[in-house]
Amino acid sequence: MKFLASIILSALLSYATGLFLPWWSIMIVGLIIGYSIPQKRILSFVSVFIGVALFWGLFAYFISNANDHILAKRVAVFIVKKEDPIILMLITAVVGGLSAGISAVTGRSFALLLKK
Amino acid sequence: MKYFIFAISLLINASLFYALNTRELLPIPMGSFLSVQEGIWQNAEPVDYDFSENLNVKGINGKVDVYLDDRLVPHIFAEDENDAYFVQGYLHAKFRLWQMEFQTFAAAGRLSEFVGDKAIPFDRNQRRMGMVFAAENALSAMEKDDSTKHALDAYTNGINAYISTLNTAKLPIEYKLLGYKPEKWSNLKSALFTKQMTYTLAGYDKDLEYTNALKVLGEENFKLLYPELADSLYPVIAKGTAYAKPLADLIPPADADSVYFKRNDSIHFTQDFKPNPSNGSNNWAVSGSRTQSGKPILSNDPHLGLTLPSIWFEIQLHTKAYNSYGVSFPGLPGVVIGFNDSIAFGFTNAGRDVKDYYEIKFQDESKSAYWFNGEWKNATQRVEKIKVKGSNEILDTVAYTVFGPVIYDKSFKNDLSNEKAYALRWVAHDTSNILKMWLLLNRAKNYEDYHHAISYFNVPGQNMIFASHTGDIALWQQATFPLRWKGQGLFVMPGYDSSYMWKGYISMEENPHALNPASGYVSSANQRPTDSTYPYFIPGSYEVYRAITINKRLDAMKNITVEDMKALQNDNYNVFAELARPILSKYVNRNELSSEASGYLQIIESWNLMNDPTEKGVTCFNAWWDSLYNNIFLDDLQQAKIPLVRPEKFVLLEALTKDSAFRFIDNRNTAEFEDLHYQVTSALKKAVVNLSKLENEGKLEWAKYKNTTVYHLLKTNAMPFARSGILNGGGNGIVNATQHDHGPSWRMVIEMTQPINAHAVYPGGQSGNPGSKFYDNFIDTWAKGEYYKIFFMQSSDTSSEQIKWTMSFNPAS
Repeated sequence: MKFLASIILSALLSYATGLFLPWWSIMIVGLIIGYSIPQKRILSFVSVFIGVALFWGLFAYFISNANDHILAKRVAVFIVKKEDPIILMLITAVVGGLSAGISAVTGRSFALLLKK
Repeated sequence: MKYFIFAISLLINASLFYALNTRELLPIPMGSFLSVQEGIWQNAEPVDYDFSENLNVKGINGKVDVYLDDRLVPHIFAEDENDAYFVQGYLHAKFRLWQMEFQTFAAAGRLSEFVGDKAIPFDRNQRRMGMVFAAENALSAMEKDDSTKHALDAYTNGINAYISTLNTAKLPIEYKLLGYKPEKWSNLKSALFTKQMTYTLAGYDKDLEYTNALKVLGEENFKLLYPELADSLYPVIAKGTAYAKPLADLIPPADADSVYFKRNDSIHFTQDFKPNPSNGSNNWAVSGSRTQSGKPILSNDPHLGLTLPSIWFEIQLHTKAYNSYGVSFPGLPGVVIGFNDSIAFGFTNAGRDVKDYYEIKFQDESKSAYWFNGEWKNATQRVEKIKVKGSNEILDTVAYTVFGPVIYDKSFKNDLSNEKAYALRWVAHDTSNILKMWLLLNRAKNYEDYHHAISYFNVPGQNMIFASHTGDIALWQQATFPLRWKGQGLFVMPGYDSSYMWKGYISMEENPHALNPASGYVSSANQRPTDSTYPYFIPGSYEVYRAITINKRLDAMKNITVEDMKALQNDNYNVFAELARPILSKYVNRNELSSEASGYLQIIESWNLMNDPTEKGVTCFNAWWDSLYNNIFLDDLQQAKIPLVRPEKFVLLEALTKDSAFRFIDNRNTAEFEDLHYQVTSALKKAVVNLSKLENEGKLEWAKYKNTTVYHLLKTNAMPFARSGILNGGGNGIVNATQHDHGPSWRMVIEMTQPINAHAVYPGGQSGNPGSKFYDNFIDTWAKGEYYKIFFMQSSDTSSEQIKWTMSFNPAS
């Protein structure tokens, strides 16, 4: 239950903060979720990773699909040297998931630190 | 333990943030770059994006409606023309902001600000050429004139109105790639744009190389290799036209023979960043007497570097004062090439030399005084501040003389000294208001209006073509061209003597022009404007062969239609090869050839002389001719190891046509004597090596060899944003002037019927966003030689099916 809540909350909060703050707002979200939802560190990481990776990955997919992947094909060449929009989406998901997931571990570790 | 884990996770966390947010580790900060809410995904425009908008903006006097058609061409309907320029600025920025900034940053020598220190030589060159100085002079003239000032102010305000709506997510993708943000637009930036265009079209010079050539080759050989006129010249103004006695009497300085023509000097440094000498164009207008409709047809295709985003942005401006349509420059208000209800206008480059160098002797290191008319004259100093990304600001002091800026001195080219520096005299530095010409052309109704409008134009010299609904056709080669005594400015001139300065400008009425000539057409293709009877000395860089094809074709046409004109713009006939191939055939020693070489010879001799995409003959012919050219000239050009300029290709062709014992044929580096038979045969043998390699790579067919490519403005740094492998024909000296990355940047055919029958295309798209389907959607149409029928919208067309979106601009209080 906490695991699922952590996934959903991290995705929703990332979207909401991203409306006002730069990309690193997902790291703040990770810190907050990690801090406030008590679970094993590894579960904090995995749940937040999944939440934000899903948000970034799917959001990228919907945008790109509406764009007939015109842009993703071009940008993918810059990054992986081939016209593969799916790889670009996966990289996007991993970058987002990893940034927030690691932050969740930091947040959780900080919470554990304060716990007597 | 938990402290340790916290510390480790915090460390990893911080490192990851740093790695994804900086350009120090990866060239791109992946966090912000891939962010779905602010990164590149935000540039992925939905293919069914709705461009309709209702905006309240400050800076317009009345409501402006913009109708966007199915090709994303905006049709701006405004009462007040300054409101139209405001919205034009807004739309230029909306669709082309990064390009506009990049081009004007380049003009101002400011690329180092976001590229870093590798752009310093380029930036210094721009500054030292006086680009900013020139733009400031232009701006002062533009702002002195009320109508131009109001137009520019409105245009600038429109751009800035758009810029103020931007947030990180909406930034054009190039800013995200390179990591900087747009600054506010200013009228100076528009002036800078006009100077960059001037540099592109009137910035090519050969004075330093000619000075070297004079020393290395001697006067007689110099004249042979760099002649004033081509025998095969088909001038813009028909041969035999009578010119009045010149108004100006031009006599060389008394000591010119000893000091100037016999100067024995060499210049060892090379000039970097020269504009492409292929920058040119075709235009022609045929009179109603020769067309099926009985109305004139005007055609124009400017040849420039092919880029994405395109140099052009298509637009219609409908105001109370006029209704004009055509292409605009993102960076300037108004239509630059196009038509209105009454007239059509277009341009080709004149190619005239309007740029000279003077040798300067400074008094000392400070560069504050130079020797002039027998005394030390003070030079003004302009300190150029060049900001460099990731490094300290650079200061570059440029001395200004009576001629202009001292572009080359020892601070810039280390083989120069206080005694020897070079100042630049360039018409581009003069104060003038060229924008006024365009603003007047947009509203011109007849020949008199056109003639008045073009009188404001001083540089870069253009062949300005005109056709009107009432039946006039005309062409003026217009600009302020320096008055020169014969030979003046070919070589570096002494800077200590005022008698070597330009004596003024040729008066406009003496500029080459034609109005409704008997031939029933006017045309130009960057060739020399006149035959040798024109009373002034007019050096320049002139093309020869496109004009021959165009004039022969036009001479033969009757009942001309728009389709005929499209076909002519796409004509791939190679008149140079027609004249050169017989020489190759005649002098090749067939019995010396391998079977492989004979095979290529067979391809060349059976070629139909068309530079069509699948022809192999053109690739083989070019390889052979280039090889012959090198056989004959390279030994002579490289003998002194100082920069020389290659003679034009007509020089060799015409020399060999007249004289099989042309004195440069023998290779000076060998003891034996090589005759033309030997050189032609050896050239083929050398070419065969390359040709067989090309054949193995499957690149013998012309289009595959040429590999037409429309590069992004960032060139090879942004290949994913380019389009390469475009399979089309054409080439250098061909009416369809498409070379590898250079060629017809806009093709337009306008029939002056009522309503006007207009067709056009350019190799790009209206949107500068690589994530938009409108980024490069015209390229395939262009490559096939096809056109779009232009929707020249009238007030009554607001419910036309061609209108896909509407933007309304309402004045905000």
